[in-house]
Amino acid sequence: MLILNIITPLATSMASSIGIPVIILGTMGLIFGLVLAFAAKVFAVKLDPRVELILAALPCANCGACGKAGCAGYADAIVNEGVSVSLCAPGGPDAAAKIAKIMGTDAVAMDKKVAVYHCSSGGINNTKWKYAYQGIESCKSAVNIADGPNLCSWGCIGFNDCFAACKFDAISVDAEGMRHIDLAKCTACGACVAACPRKLITLIPINRNVSICCSSLGKNPVARQICGTEQTCIACGLCCRKCPVQAITIENNLAVIDYTKCIDCGLCATVCPTKAIVDLKAGMRKKAEIEAEKCIGCTICAKICPTKAITGEVKQVHTVDKETCIGCEQCVVKCPKQAIKML
Amino acid sequence: MGFFGQFFVLAISAIFIQNFVLARFLGLCPYLGVSKKLDSAFGMGMAVIFVMTLASAFCYLIFQYLLVPYHLEYLQTLAFILTIAALVQFVEMVIQKNSPALYKSLGVYLPLITTNCAVLGVAILNITPLGDGSRYNFIWSVLNGFLSGVGFTFVLLAMAGIRERLEMVEMPKSMRGMPIALILAGIMALAFYGFMGMKI
Repeated sequence: MLILNIITPLATSMASSIGIPVIILGTMGLIFGLVLAFAAKVFAVKLDPRVELILAALPCANCGACGKAGCAGYADAIVNEGVSVSLCAPGGPDAAAKIAKIMGTDAVAMDKKVAVYHCSSGGINNTKWKYAYQGIESCKSAVNIADGPNLCSWGCIGFNDCFAACKFDAISVDAEGMRHIDLAKCTACGACVAACPRKLITLIPINRNVSICCSSLGKNPVARQICGTEQTCIACGLCCRKCPVQAITIENNLAVIDYTKCIDCGLCATVCPTKAIVDLKAGMRKKAEIEAEKCIGCTICAKICPTKAITGEVKQVHTVDKETCIGCEQCVVKCPKQAIKML
Repeated sequence: MGFFGQFFVLAISAIFIQNFVLARFLGLCPYLGVSKKLDSAFGMGMAVIFVMTLASAFCYLIFQYLLVPYHLEYLQTLAFILTIAALVQFVEMVIQKNSPALYKSLGVYLPLITTNCAVLGVAILNITPLGDGSRYNFIWSVLNGFLSGVGFTFVLLAMAGIRERLEMVEMPKSMRGMPIALILAGIMALAFYGFMGMKI
């Protein structure tokens, strides 16, 4: 009886001091839970399961080459906005094929691209300076002061924002501060293209080895005087006239290559008087050779050859001068008897 | 003092004198984590203002009409965390359904601040007795929540602005990134310490 007298009030007080908080918090939790469960049904937004599948197929480098904020944004854009499946540069054709499979469309043939500089200047020794710039070591910052510290207001400022922007270690800077692109490492993500305040970098198809290495819109004598390397495009138009497929045009005192037409013959680089056109494969192209037994002496190849490297009389076997041949393969395409081979 | 006089005093004290980040040292995680870019700092700031205002309102109601009548004030932390978490989750769902545009700008940051100490801090500070023993009423709690959020955003944006510029400065490699950000936070806190003695 005595024990019960002690236990009963203790039990009631314990029940109220523990029970009430438990009940109140428990009820709160229950109500919140129910509300959330209800809300999950009512406010459910249907997510396309393909988004997650596509995200798994992407490299998830979040480089932004596709133009979206990241891989998740691109996956969402493919499904919901119908964006092309082949925009992922680091993923390349593999990723495009995988995504195309998920989306049930055909994989679009994708050209692998690389970044190239359209300026031969840059670094310490290759640039002519307007003034000594002392400030934040960034092209973006330097370009704001009197149109940049370098004399050419179209050329490389030389603080290598492109180097800092490259996430794939494809841009290197040598001892003189000159930047170089390692084409094997370049994924064409476009980070450097966006980083360059002078817009000196563009992406070109990897199977084209010629590019205009100048962005100067200046007129001839001055443009050349202010260039650090004097390899300026002087808009002479020689490349336009010599180009066998008319892929080059002069726009605003500057030659521009249309890579959809370019056949990568390298002829423009050999004719350019200022060496403003760079040909990475110069001297490495295969030379044409005519098989004597197949040649009927039609002279088509001799007429088509842009460097007049092929000579021969009508109905006689023609010969190729290996020194003059630049390996443009024009004659191979035109020969009616398939008598010319590249060796 | 009229309403606007009091509002002004509260605004100055919440934004500058008792700034959440630099005087109370609450919400330091987003202050250092989301202050790399001005864009994301702005999104985060807006989300914090939004959640702080809502949390102030709901936590005040929970405290006043559920905890006080049963003398359960000691459960405030637990109850507030529960309320804030459920509230943010609920609001996120509603926004996602009804306003995709708002969800895109706030959406990423909303879940991040569910468990942020600044949000819990403002809820608890709202129901903590002031110097004269009185407490904020509902309206002042909500206003305090909103203005504290504004103070947080202000400091976050200042930090992000400075850090964006610091990115371009040449400095020793060991100082880049977080070390210089911490030093910067210290200097900013020192500057805000100047407001400390102010009485309005």
